[in-house]
Amino acid sequence: MNKHTNRSAVDFLFQNKVVIIFLFLCVGATIASKQPLTFVIPELFTRIARNSFIVLSLIIPVIAGMGLNFGIVIGAMAAQIAVFLTTYWGLTGISGFLATMALTTPIAVFFGFLVGKLFNYMKGNEMIGGLVLGYFAEGIYQLLFLFIFGGVIKMNNSTLMIPTGVGVKNTIDFKDTIKYALDTVPMLTIVEVAFYLVMIGIVCSTAFKLVKKQEINWKVTGIEAAGAAAVYGLTFIGPVERFLSTDRLLLLSAVELSCLVTVLWQVFQFAKWQVQKKRGREELGPNRFIPQKAIVYVVLAGVVYGLTYIPVLFKVLTVVKLPVMTYLCIGALCCFNNILMKTRLGQNMRTVGQSRTVANAAGIDVDKTRIIAMIFSTVLAGWGQLIFLQNVGTLSTYGAHTQVGQFAIAALLVGGASVQKATNKQALLGIVLFHTLFIVSPLAGKELFGDPVIGEYFRVFVSYGVIAMSLAMHAWKKAAKPKEEETADPGEGRVEMA
Amino acid sequence: MDKAKETYVLKMDNIAKEYYGNRVLKGVNLQIHPGEIHALMGENGAGKSTLMNILFGMPVIHSTGGFEGTVEINGEPVQIDTPLKAMEMGIGMVHQEFMLIPGFTVTENIKVGREISTPNLASRLFGRSMETLDVKAMRQDAKKALDTIGLQIEEYAKVAGLPVGYMQFIEIARELDKTGIQLLVFDEPTAVLTESEAERLLEAMRVISSKGIAIIFITHRLDEVMAVADSMTILRDGEYVARKEIKDTSAVEIAELMIGRKVEKLVDDSIPDDRTIDHKRVAVSLRNYRVDMPGEQVKGIDLDIQKGEIFGIGGLAGQGKLGIPNGIMGLYKAYGEVKIDGQALNLNKLGDALDHRVAFVSEDRRGVGLLLDESIEHNIIFSAMQTNKRFLKKIAWMNLYDGGAAKSHAEEMVKTLDIRCTGIKQAAGALSGGNQQKVCLARALTLEPDVLFVSEPTRGIDIGAKKLVLEYLTKLNREQGMTVIIVSSELMELRSVSDRIAIISDGKLACILKPDDSDADFGLAMSGAWKGGKKNA
Repeated sequence: MNKHTNRSAVDFLFQNKVVIIFLFLCVGATIASKQPLTFVIPELFTRIARNSFIVLSLIIPVIAGMGLNFGIVIGAMAAQIAVFLTTYWGLTGISGFLATMALTTPIAVFFGFLVGKLFNYMKGNEMIGGLVLGYFAEGIYQLLFLFIFGGVIKMNNSTLMIPTGVGVKNTIDFKDTIKYALDTVPMLTIVEVAFYLVMIGIVCSTAFKLVKKQEINWKVTGIEAAGAAAVYGLTFIGPVERFLSTDRLLLLSAVELSCLVTVLWQVFQFAKWQVQKKRGREELGPNRFIPQKAIVYVVLAGVVYGLTYIPVLFKVLTVVKLPVMTYLCIGALCCFNNILMKTRLGQNMRTVGQSRTVANAAGIDVDKTRIIAMIFSTVLAGWGQLIFLQNVGTLSTYGAHTQVGQFAIAALLVGGASVQKATNKQALLGIVLFHTLFIVSPLAGKELFGDPVIGEYFRVFVSYGVIAMSLAMHAWKKAAKPKEEETADPGEGRVEMA
Repeated sequence: MDKAKETYVLKMDNIAKEYYGNRVLKGVNLQIHPGEIHALMGENGAGKSTLMNILFGMPVIHSTGGFEGTVEINGEPVQIDTPLKAMEMGIGMVHQEFMLIPGFTVTENIKVGREISTPNLASRLFGRSMETLDVKAMRQDAKKALDTIGLQIEEYAKVAGLPVGYMQFIEIARELDKTGIQLLVFDEPTAVLTESEAERLLEAMRVISSKGIAIIFITHRLDEVMAVADSMTILRDGEYVARKEIKDTSAVEIAELMIGRKVEKLVDDSIPDDRTIDHKRVAVSLRNYRVDMPGEQVKGIDLDIQKGEIFGIGGLAGQGKLGIPNGIMGLYKAYGEVKIDGQALNLNKLGDALDHRVAFVSEDRRGVGLLLDESIEHNIIFSAMQTNKRFLKKIAWMNLYDGGAAKSHAEEMVKTLDIRCTGIKQAAGALSGGNQQKVCLARALTLEPDVLFVSEPTRGIDIGAKKLVLEYLTKLNREQGMTVIIVSSELMELRSVSDRIAIISDGKLACILKPDDSDADFGLAMSGAWKGGKKNA
């Protein structure tokens, strides 16, 4: 018994060694940097808001078996082309941001389609292909920004263009246009818009069913509409309205809210389970309700809530203010990734990712599925770059996109993802670890060696080193595996051969 | 009942197929009644897989010019040009190599590509691919299919951890789950199963056929055919031999039909045979010899090969005959005792066999045998240079390549073996299959071996080159007293040159036969009817 637990503990450590090592590195570097948590944590949350979306856009191609998509650089370029144009046209604020998003989408879809097409010719080499493609696209991007804008298409704007009129300036400032456009959407507006969207959805869905003469479950439709209206109605209550009227959420409130939601959700699950049990239709399988697990969740929520009363943590929690809309977007993308996998298309992507031979035999259009995965990833990366830019507030025209792929991939890898497998959790954990290291490593270098140059060197070293190190560690993990697996799954080898 | 006998669920008439001028199917007929188990038998290369590829409309058929003949399903002529179409017509396949995804659950594997889904708002906007999966309904379907064949597993378990025997059943369940399935092809389903698992599979096949679904059962194992099939078709060299009802035939008759052919002499008798084989002098001795070669496992063989004889090793593909030479040469992990000329061989040391003057011509010409981009000259001499330090001249402390000696040797070899090339500097990869084989042979001979293993010497080469290679091997044996061991799937060539032939079945020695033993003996030995050996000559 004891031996067994020992073994599984060792297995667990070995499986997660990438994460564990970077966790130690982060803690060590933070201590070495001698920076207070009140500096590191707010900085970290800013970076999470900026970068999560782009990292999450990497997940779909991994699932579709295309590896880590270095091609997201091209998505970022699409976003930058769009943002330059909308800035030139003088669009501002949240409407300007939405317009930029709308303009990014078709460009990114087109680019994603081309990249997907190309990747279909180099199955198995997508990663190196994407990397080189990024460099190639860089050339075209520079041609566009240095020559075509101004040279071919006449553009008169002295703040954006180089004085000769040909070529775009090195940096574009978004201060008066879309800076913080997304971050500053008040919560009240979000709830309001969400309410209208849900209503439109319900009406459209019902109308569609009426036209197609399908059966309509009026009861469910009614409950949905009433629920949405009730939530919307809550916002008219004084204190709630005041609470929601800002655009930032105190981290303390966020933690408290999530504890509350966790408890409520477990209670709801418990109630559902009871009702099902009474009707004798208990759900079996991996998704069945386990009371012990629910209790653990509730206790955990309680502990986390209790922790907020520790003065040090309380101080940190009251310093950080989260931009609500941005975090909602990140959450929505996580949900999207999950929901997509529960659709026909998502299942096809998973099948293609696991074995193209099997997918083919099952009548799935492998090439098409891969192209769709690529389009999704490129569009999402484009939107992610927009979120990044609106938060940073300036665009380094010729540099902003260059390291997008590298940083995003490094973050994903640090979170324990690999070329074959990546999840939302790994992406988010990876962002936290990678960016902690990114924030504190230059400072730690400076503290340890007394030279700011070494600190800067540390920063560069970290991002490249992280990729090399985590890839090597994953390779180690993989090499150690086959012996056990040889007997277990004969299908594995064929995947690569096909 | 009689009426059912007249209708065919599948009728393939006069099927012929050419691959680049090479006729692999010559007017084959196949008729399957509804709900019967029909065995399709034949040696490797008899045309079974080509016939099945035609039935499934595989791209490989249509990209090489299609085929001749007609296919009828339920009495109606059909054109099957894609696998999807075959699927729609209710033809399913249980693959020899599992087409399962280890990371998926049993349900997901069974419903792959045919998921049940319910519409939602997004799917109304973007089409059917955005529909949500109905996992519950999928599980119910999977459960139903699994129940049909009597497999009790949780349908939400991952496939990865399941025993190999279960995977076959999941494949079957997937085919059964397809609506309107009426014909199921089992491609050597028992090859990877243990005896008890195979037993269960045969039982499942009976259950399936009792539900009115016809089965085409491709196998080499005669006992299984006798146990489960209703009727059978035998192919040989792409030709239709016979269709038999099992109750009217016997294992011996089937074995004869599979092998039987006019033995044409591939080698002239002109080479004088004045050898005196000393039965006491053993060139190669194997004791409890095992080789861990994927797909060609050797599972314990005791064998003595006498000095100066031509020894044939035959058997069907995948039974382990190729593992024997590969293990001795150290290309795959081997165990047991191997003695060459009485001296024990260190099986863990790569190259030890070469040091014992054993040479090997690999069956994998393009992979193991040749450096494709290198010249013929280099290909011929590089092994000897490495092992025997030939073709090197010593200048000061350096061993340098002796171009002159290498050139003259290579040219001599090209002449004696009649290698058709533009010159000894031509790249080996540019040669035809037969000439590549001769280069491989030349390289092995440059090592001046006492024992020569030749694996599949005539695979993929034309009849003229075939004859020349075999004749040369005979000559080497007769004139230089070299012990030649030929491993081949082609029984005919073994029987025309060998003194004795060992048949390997299921990794073990089935028996050692004389070339002029009856066809039935060879057939039965190869089909595993004599597991563990009947007689040892």
